[in-house]
Amino acid sequence: MNIINFTPTEAAVGGALIGLAAVVLMAALGRIAGISNITYTLVDDWRAGRLGGWRLTFVVGMMLGAAAYYLATGASPVPERELHPGWLIAAGLLVGYGTALGSGCTSGHGVCGLSRLSLRSLAAVCKFMATAALTVFVVRHVLN
Amino acid sequence: MTAVMGLLAGLLFGLGLAVSGMTDPLKVQNFLDVAGTWDPSLAFVMGGAVLVTFVGFRLAWRAGKPWFDTGFHLPSATAIDLKLLTGAALFGIGWGLAGYCPGPALSTLALGNHEVWWFVPAMVAGGLLQRWQAKRSA
Repeated sequence: MNIINFTPTEAAVGGALIGLAAVVLMAALGRIAGISNITYTLVDDWRAGRLGGWRLTFVVGMMLGAAAYYLATGASPVPERELHPGWLIAAGLLVGYGTALGSGCTSGHGVCGLSRLSLRSLAAVCKFMATAALTVFVVRHVLN
Repeated sequence: MTAVMGLLAGLLFGLGLAVSGMTDPLKVQNFLDVAGTWDPSLAFVMGGAVLVTFVGFRLAWRAGKPWFDTGFHLPSATAIDLKLLTGAALFGIGWGLAGYCPGPALSTLALGNHEVWWFVPAMVAGGLLQRWQAKRSA
C-alpha cells in the first residue's frame, strides 16, 4: 500500500459543505439530498410534462457550484486519462440501474442515511464500498 | 421559495464536491484502491459531511416541520433485502469501473469533461429502466 495525494483538510471542508447542503434541503423543504433519486424523479417529471421545481434548481445549482470552484482555482476539471466510451456507458448503466434498484447512492444512503442512523443505509454503504473497492482491485491489479 | 432553497442547497453541494476532490474520478478510484495507490481523503469527505448532517438534521427536526413545507419527507423503508443489496452491489461495480457516482458526474456535465457526456445519459437510462420495470411489475 502506497498513500498518495492525501488532502484531508480540503476533503473535510468539502465534506462539511456537502453536509450543509443536505441540512438546508432538510430544514427548508424536508427533503433528503439523494442525488440519484432527485435526478430520476426530475427526468420522470419532465416526461410527464411537469417542470422540475426545486429538483431542477438543485441540479443547476450543483453544476454552478462545481463550475465556481474550477473558475476560482483554475484547476482542470478534465481527468488525466481517457476511458473508452463503451466502458463509460457500461459504468453509467450499472450506476443508474443499481442506484434506482437500491434506492440511493453515496449521498442518499451515505451522507443522509448514515446521519439518520439508518441500518438499511449502513448495509447499502458497506455493500457498495466493498464492490467498488473489489472492482478497482480487479481492474487495476488483476486485469492489468 | 422552494426553487431558491433548491438552488442554494445545490450550489453548496456542487462546491463541496469540487473542493473535496470528489469530482476527480482518479482520486475516487485511488480512494477505492486500498491495495495500490491509496488516497484516504474521501473518508474525510464522508466524515465531514456526516458530522455536519448528523447535527444539522436534528436541529432541523426539532423545529417540527420544514420552513417551506408541511412535513418532513423521510424514507419509510427499513428492510435490508435482496433488492437493496443487489442494487448497492451493481452501483458499486459501476462506481469502481469509472470513478463517478451520480453527484460528481452531474456536477461536471458542463465543464468540458467528455467522459461524463457518455456516463450521465447511460446513468439516467439505467435509472429510468429500473423505475419502468418496477412500475410494470407493480
